[in-house]
Amino acid sequence: MDAMKMIRRTGLLLLAAFALTFTSLPAAAVDIEKVVSPGGIEAWLVRDTKNPIIAMQFAFAGGTERDPDGKLGLAIMTASTMDEGAGDLDSQAFQGKLDENSIQLSFSAGRDGFVGQLTTLRETKDTAFDLMRLALTKPRFDTEAVERIRGQLQTSLRRSQADPNYWAQMAFGETLFPGHPYGRPQRGTAQTLAAITRDDLVNFARTRLAREGLKVAVSGDITGEELAPLLDSLFGALPAKAELTPVANITAAAPGKTILVPRPIPQTVMILAHAGMDRSDPDWYAATILNYSLGGGGFSSRLMDEVREKRGLTYGIGSSLQSFDHANLVTVSGSTVNDKAAEAISVTKQIWGDVAKNGITEAELRDAQTYLTGSFPLQFTNNGAIAGLLLQVQRDNLGIDYLNKRNDLLNAVTLADVKRVAARLLDPARLTTILVGQPTGITPDGTLYKP
Amino acid sequence: MTHDARPVTQRRRWRALVAGVALSALAVFPAAARVFDPETFTLKNGMQVVVVNNPRAPVVSHMVWYKVGSADEEPGKSGLAHYLEHLMFKGTAKMKPSEFSRTVARNGGRDNAFTAYDYTAYFENIARDRLELVMGMEADRMVNLRLTDDIVLPERKVIQEERRQRTENEPASRLYEQLYSLLFVHHPYGTPIIGWMHEIEKLTTQDALDFYKRHYAPNNAILVVAGDITAAELKPLAEKTYGKIKPSKDIPARVRVTEPPTEGARRITLTDDQVRQPNWMRIWKAPSYSAGEKQYASALEVLESILADGATSRLYKSLVVEQKIAAGVNLSYNPNALDLGTLSISATPAPGQDVAAVEKALDAELAKLLSGGVTDAEVASAKVRLRRDAVFARDSLQGPAYAFGVALTTGQTVADVEAWPDRIAAVTREQVEQAAKLVLGQDNHVTGILLPAATPAPVQAAAPAAPPAAPAAPAKGGTK
Repeated sequence: MDAMKMIRRTGLLLLAAFALTFTSLPAAAVDIEKVVSPGGIEAWLVRDTKNPIIAMQFAFAGGTERDPDGKLGLAIMTASTMDEGAGDLDSQAFQGKLDENSIQLSFSAGRDGFVGQLTTLRETKDTAFDLMRLALTKPRFDTEAVERIRGQLQTSLRRSQADPNYWAQMAFGETLFPGHPYGRPQRGTAQTLAAITRDDLVNFARTRLAREGLKVAVSGDITGEELAPLLDSLFGALPAKAELTPVANITAAAPGKTILVPRPIPQTVMILAHAGMDRSDPDWYAATILNYSLGGGGFSSRLMDEVREKRGLTYGIGSSLQSFDHANLVTVSGSTVNDKAAEAISVTKQIWGDVAKNGITEAELRDAQTYLTGSFPLQFTNNGAIAGLLLQVQRDNLGIDYLNKRNDLLNAVTLADVKRVAARLLDPARLTTILVGQPTGITPDGTLYKP
Repeated sequence: MTHDARPVTQRRRWRALVAGVALSALAVFPAAARVFDPETFTLKNGMQVVVVNNPRAPVVSHMVWYKVGSADEEPGKSGLAHYLEHLMFKGTAKMKPSEFSRTVARNGGRDNAFTAYDYTAYFENIARDRLELVMGMEADRMVNLRLTDDIVLPERKVIQEERRQRTENEPASRLYEQLYSLLFVHHPYGTPIIGWMHEIEKLTTQDALDFYKRHYAPNNAILVVAGDITAAELKPLAEKTYGKIKPSKDIPARVRVTEPPTEGARRITLTDDQVRQPNWMRIWKAPSYSAGEKQYASALEVLESILADGATSRLYKSLVVEQKIAAGVNLSYNPNALDLGTLSISATPAPGQDVAAVEKALDAELAKLLSGGVTDAEVASAKVRLRRDAVFARDSLQGPAYAFGVALTTGQTVADVEAWPDRIAAVTREQVEQAAKLVLGQDNHVTGILLPAATPAPVQAAAPAAPPAAPAAPAKGGTK
């Protein structure tokens, strides 16, 4: 027996040992400091001095779903124009200060929220926070900047229209959330972008960015003592409450329907979906494990194994649980050559039905738990990622101790829990199917966006 | 998750990473401070090892880089390097097909792999106490891969789907592929990394095995580990795993055909029914860190920053803010190549403008650059920005590992990466101007124009709808 074989055997034994004994990694305790400013504004801070960098992320409640019907794209256009000049600084002066100090400042809007991000070296932090405060409280919305950004958003939208995934998302929204704000294009249309005025942007900044519901997360080289007064100077001048139009809750519509967007392309893009689960549901952790085994776990998932590995039908297929403030979903997305679309969908629905009926195996449960808990520390390797995670935990109302109890919540899930949740959550007959391309062997219930 | 890398986008991302990486911050650190302060050693079988300590979390990024990429394929076998990369997950004597990634995941890790023109790399990001496990697995598949037709052939279909998804369904990607094939008329950088479909469909199990035996060996690989680990801790593990593998005596020299002189501006116009927004792009051959007039590589990085880094950069300011001809403009210089690099500019016409106006305005801007040069202030400001980026580059688990992997598979050394700030600091205004003339003064560039079909099919007025899946990022054009 030569040395190579010895290595092989040793390696094999090692693997076996891990498979048997590994349950979970020691949780990397995350030390989060709750910082409250003299004026009562709260932020979560993870301090780290290994690099002289500070990352801040913050979110205001309410996002693209609040855009008026005729002005879709307003939240995103406001976000895109907020860093285009503020106070005495016009766009070029403002951006010049960011550039020369290597400060990254940006705003974005999505479903349910309006988010700001700032990354700076410690040595430029005073300038960085000054610019951020100016952008939040005194954005200029100069005509030059507004028109330039409008043009960029319009060209960007047109560029996306060459992508079948754009049409899949459009059809998805219209089909699953008809007549609801979530069903509308959050980037707007050519017409709605054209209808947005400077007054709309000014009004958005004045009425929507408020202290109530504000969440702030910081990671990096700054102390709580430094941060506390800064919070008041950054956010203290904002109004106490935002003006938010109410949004109704909605359950995903069109169960079981198949909608086609015909496009002369070689590969069919597909999305399947039905209603999911709220983030606050006590069964969320069981559903998370279920989703991992079903299609969330990449090469460790049933969908990837059956559709890609065994049959070679796709480059990628996966599932996800999505919980928004007013709706929830479980979705599958993937793509396959046109003449295999029917087979790929059929295999997906079979897996869906099988798991709904039988749940997952003991081994799948254990694999999901060891991955989901063991990979958690991988999210704590840089300041931007840590700030992002702290912000998400706040937006999901999970509590400041969540990061340190998350792994226990996942490990407490039993096979019976997953089976019960699978039966409750998954139903192949209710899956709505959106297809973009020219799939063969499928008779759709309707078509959208015909060329 | 994918077992591969998209050549085009990936190359771009890495360039940014590496550029981001390659900086020191004289403004922040003493001049003697290096970028990542790596430790290095070489195993007896010739495998080079780089360790970058970053104790932020109890995790590591473990990467094995092979000095082989798509540009090392034989003619007629395009896509083979990438195909083999997929097949590396298909098992060994002790690891069943698909068991590799499952084992990594079961241990709380994430794994993947990617292929480019000059390298193929495999990685696992995982808790530091699982490092020996993945090193054993990665060492095992370096030499013990087992392939049979029943495993290999379905994977070929997967790659065909990958090509359809990345390239054939996307008009901009198809144009990009054609432009590269026109820019490099003889060198393999003109062949897409994923391969041409008519050659992918003929690749065999034997092709993959032959390629594997020829190129996969410890003395043709580099181990990079970044994270909560030191060289002293890693070395015994490396000796126990990779160190036991015999070196290959037959690693082929990386000699590619060289480009003949090319002349004349070339141009492709691709029209497609799916396209709604015209776009313009031009690519020049350029020196890399390792080939051509490489003494200009650092000056070209400074030039890139002057022209296109941020909303106050020359091109954005002139074309987008002042002239309002373009909605966005990008410039990208890629110096990370074993052979020649590239410099590309792309621009999107503003509403009401067309690609001809964009091209004319860019030509005028570049002519002004070539005749009038740049200012000392522009050079100084770009150098400060570039050097500051080094500090940001350190705040990452995988970024530093990428930087060393790319450098060491494209003809550079660890010392080169660490000396990057010094090279940037030494760039003069004259060098930037000479570099601009050297690259942008060439007339043998290729230009690509993406256009809607002559009579674009009207799209039915969009009833409101939207993507619940992805919160839309604010989609700014340009390089801001």
